[in-house]
Amino acid sequence: MAPPTDSHAAHAGEPHVLPLSTYWGVFFALVAGTILTVWTATIDLGALNLIVALVIATIKASLVILFFMHVKYSSKLVWIFSAMGFFWVVLMFAFTLMDFYTRSW
Amino acid sequence: MSAEIAHAHEHEHARALPPGVRPPVSNHFEDLEQQEETEKLGMWTFLITEVMFFGALFTAYTVYRSLYPEAFMLASSHLDWKLGGFNTLVLIVSSLTMAMSIRAAQTNKRNLMLVNIVLTALLGATFLVVKYFEYKSKYDLHLMPGPTFDVAAFGEWGPQARIFFSIYFAMTGLHAFHMVVGLILMGWVFVKAKQGHFTPQRYIGIEISGLYWHFVDLVWIFLFPMLYLLGAHVHGPAH
Repeated sequence: MAPPTDSHAAHAGEPHVLPLSTYWGVFFALVAGTILTVWTATIDLGALNLIVALVIATIKASLVILFFMHVKYSSKLVWIFSAMGFFWVVLMFAFTLMDFYTRSW
Repeated sequence: MSAEIAHAHEHEHARALPPGVRPPVSNHFEDLEQQEETEKLGMWTFLITEVMFFGALFTAYTVYRSLYPEAFMLASSHLDWKLGGFNTLVLIVSSLTMAMSIRAAQTNKRNLMLVNIVLTALLGATFLVVKYFEYKSKYDLHLMPGPTFDVAAFGEWGPQARIFFSIYFAMTGLHAFHMVVGLILMGWVFVKAKQGHFTPQRYIGIEISGLYWHFVDLVWIFLFPMLYLLGAHVHGPAH
């Protein structure tokens, strides 16, 4: 095995440490998102209620994935893996709902 | 011979590395970077299967909700959104303490890491205690699907409300099971952290445990509005 190069040693020896402000910022955004979710649910927006709730939840989930789970600072391969599961779920939703909404009953 | 084995053994378990020295790499990996990338991808692969697993239940929810929107709103208003909201906040704080414990591992602050692991576990346990009281209250009110389910409480939507509660118990029950697994994982992480296994050079064990914990939090972020808040604007706050 080749001796480790300096760049490798630096990578392994010094982890990418995020500033505390990033973690607290994400935390307060998540709390604000939760309060916003509850507040918007008490308003009658018709069919939009579901969409608003899902948009807020997706933003919250993205914050957790990008910052708490460090995906923003990870390799491209981790990016692809983290999106893969959601991609397949979207396919499952799309084909199932295509069936349900095109039935005559 | 025995001295060689003892030496190899000692080498394999060498933990107290001087600063800057790289820990041992398993011999099928080129270097530590590749090894840690692989370990991380392993956990993400598992999480993909988890997304699919919960995704199937979310699909069932979506289909039945689009078939019976009124029944779902009515049934949802029987859940206590205050307890659900409180549990959402508990999990968000636990995700923060989880992230902080990993950061403490990165910055070599072992006590801070241990304190944050314990906090994470305590918050997870708090979530489960609240969940227990919610389940108990639903059981007492005959909202548990089965022969004792109070169909009459939902007027014309009785059977459809029962579908909502089946989905509620299946999804939150599986989520609670994941929380229990997470608590066991925190116990393992705590022991490993106490033994000094996590250093700024190598902390992948706590890092990927954190991935799991955050994922379980993610599932709840979707479950809370989808289950607890459907009827809030029609039927008012829960009783």
